[in-house]
Amino acid sequence: MLTIKDLHARVEEKEILKGLSLEVKPGEVHAIMGPNGSGKSTLASVLAGREDFEVTEGTVTFNGKDLFEMAAEERAREGIFLAFQYPVEIPGVSNMNFLKAALGEVRKHKGLEPLSAKDFLQLVKEKSKLVELDGQLTNRSVNEGFSGGEKKRNEIFQMAMLEPSLCILDETDSGLDIDALRIVSNGVNALRSPERSFIVITHYQRLLDHIVPDYVHVLYKGRIVKSGTKELALELEQRGYDWIKEEVESI
Amino acid sequence: MAYEGDELLENVTSKEYEFGFTTNIESDKAPVGLNEDIIRLISAKKNEPEWLLQWRLEAFAIWQGMTEPNWAHVKYPKPDFQAISYYSAPKSKPKLNSLDELDPELRKTMDKLGISLEEQKRLSGVAVDFVMDSVSVATSFKEKLAELGIIFCSMSEAVKEHPELVRKYLGTVVPRTDNFYAALNSAVFTDGSFCYIPKGVKCPMELSTYFRINEANTGQFERTLVVADESSYVSYLEGCTAPMRDENQLHAAVVELIALDNAEIKYSTVQNWYPGDKDGNGGIFNFVTKRGMCAGVNSKISWTQVETGSAVTWKYPSCILKGDNSVGEFYSVAVTNNYQQADTGTKMIHIGKNTSSTIISKGISAGKSQNSYRGLVQINKSADNARNFSQCDSLLMSDRCGAHTFPYIEVKNKTAKVEHEATTSKIGEDQIFYCLQRGIDQEQAISLIVNGYAKEVLNKLPMEFAVEAQKLLAISLEGSVG
Repeated sequence: MLTIKDLHARVEEKEILKGLSLEVKPGEVHAIMGPNGSGKSTLASVLAGREDFEVTEGTVTFNGKDLFEMAAEERAREGIFLAFQYPVEIPGVSNMNFLKAALGEVRKHKGLEPLSAKDFLQLVKEKSKLVELDGQLTNRSVNEGFSGGEKKRNEIFQMAMLEPSLCILDETDSGLDIDALRIVSNGVNALRSPERSFIVITHYQRLLDHIVPDYVHVLYKGRIVKSGTKELALELEQRGYDWIKEEVESI
Repeated sequence: MAYEGDELLENVTSKEYEFGFTTNIESDKAPVGLNEDIIRLISAKKNEPEWLLQWRLEAFAIWQGMTEPNWAHVKYPKPDFQAISYYSAPKSKPKLNSLDELDPELRKTMDKLGISLEEQKRLSGVAVDFVMDSVSVATSFKEKLAELGIIFCSMSEAVKEHPELVRKYLGTVVPRTDNFYAALNSAVFTDGSFCYIPKGVKCPMELSTYFRINEANTGQFERTLVVADESSYVSYLEGCTAPMRDENQLHAAVVELIALDNAEIKYSTVQNWYPGDKDGNGGIFNFVTKRGMCAGVNSKISWTQVETGSAVTWKYPSCILKGDNSVGEFYSVAVTNNYQQADTGTKMIHIGKNTSSTIISKGISAGKSQNSYRGLVQINKSADNARNFSQCDSLLMSDRCGAHTFPYIEVKNKTAKVEHEATTSKIGEDQIFYCLQRGIDQEQAISLIVNGYAKEVLNKLPMEFAVEAQKLLAISLEGSVG
């Protein structure tokens, strides 16, 4: 599904990703962990097509297509979804209008007609239950006045509506209390399928108790320096990152 | 890839005017220039009574003693008033029993504008007084309105059929001495709309006039007078589009509203005159005087405007709150793009006791345009317990445009409470990226964000107008963000 090869990217003059490679197959869940400043969020931004980042080297193919040939909105329509770490507020724009526009574009890309108002509302009702947001979204503007937890739940709700094939969760667990973490994780788990892959960026093992990954990668200084299974996350939780840093420095 | 700040803005702002087309209808035109003879000609063409001719001539004399105002934050070549033709009317003015008898050319124009009169009749119950250049050619729903005693007709007709009403109210809110353009309008106005709602009548439909400047080199001097008698209500819609032109066209309208005891007038405008091309050539000069008089107790006048057009706009729909407990409101969205300049706002003059006013102004500047809010809140000595709330927000779409706010507050009564809030923000790249990441392209993203920003004002528009206004905002800003 996604193949990243020797990816280098920088923001302004600072190189942040320095030769990152990763292969994600359909249905897999990859957790990406690592100390602050290692490039986790940069990876998410580069994949989503944010223009502040300049790709200087490497390739990324997504379902056989060159990702860098696609504009951000095309990537989204092709099935890449980024759950933002800090979902932005758009005052005056209703959640429903926003989602309707987004879903319309995604469906159009797939050659589908827009949903009727009735079907759309039915879908909203159904999907918002996944993250326990049912009935709370109509009449409110996109993320405006939402609590931190509501914003994250709204991200997962949008994900459920748009049915992407690759979901990137950028520190979705940050700022969540235990209940919200459980709700968000349940939402994500409900969306797992053999066709849908996830890249879960997180600082904490606790998220991975809920969303159990197939692989765990440690990102350090712009590269993946260690990969393993979910046990690696547990080890990191106990031992911190210093031992990995030492391993890397000693090479 | 996604967007490059300026590039995106460039695109949005370089969208060509969509309604730029002209209609081939023969016009009956006065020679260019302005003097007493021209005024006599206009008056004679319209078979006006002597008092109105004298009224015009006096206005002309007043105008000759005035100079063009210079205080607005706009720059433009001063119009040559002797190079303008002051009268033009479709030559074969049809007398219509129904819309089917309308000139096919006119029908086509209206179709292009999306104003199918039958459609509006059927769907929304809107009576339309369509103004093609200066003379009304079609009026609908008249009979139905007549049953209620509502008068809704062209100004020319009102002068003939209801001279006592016209004479009683014309120039009482905007006197001929008011300003340069109001004086000019008073001297040469050719037509416009007249509306009278009798005592106790709630007008059951939105009254609507579509203005259209069609004749090259013809100044448009429309005159609108709306009188709401005691305990009556009317919602009046005014919408404009104009064909693409190279030379500047002057428009100097006067709109007067009068609300008597317990009466309410809601006046909504969507203005989309040709703003000039993306290099700043051509476009309409829009120098309008709009004012409402809350003459009676508990009366209310509400102005709502969505302004996207004109090269230069100079416009301050105002309220004189004379009656005790009267209410004035001003809701405005003004969009400027490319080289457009707008200096717009309102005046709220509090005279009566317990009067209150609300001002919500949303400016959107793109391209290299200049967008100014200019507002006056005046609380007179007599106005005990007057209240005002003003909110003036500016949204910048580029690094090269300007947003300015000139609030004037004059308070002469200690019991007054006046609040003013102002914000300026730039359209957020984060917001746009968020939309892009959900599959929404840049232009649609901008349209969503801008319509969200202007929502408080758009919500005040009647339903059928709100949809049109949203489209207009999107069209006006297409290709302009980055």
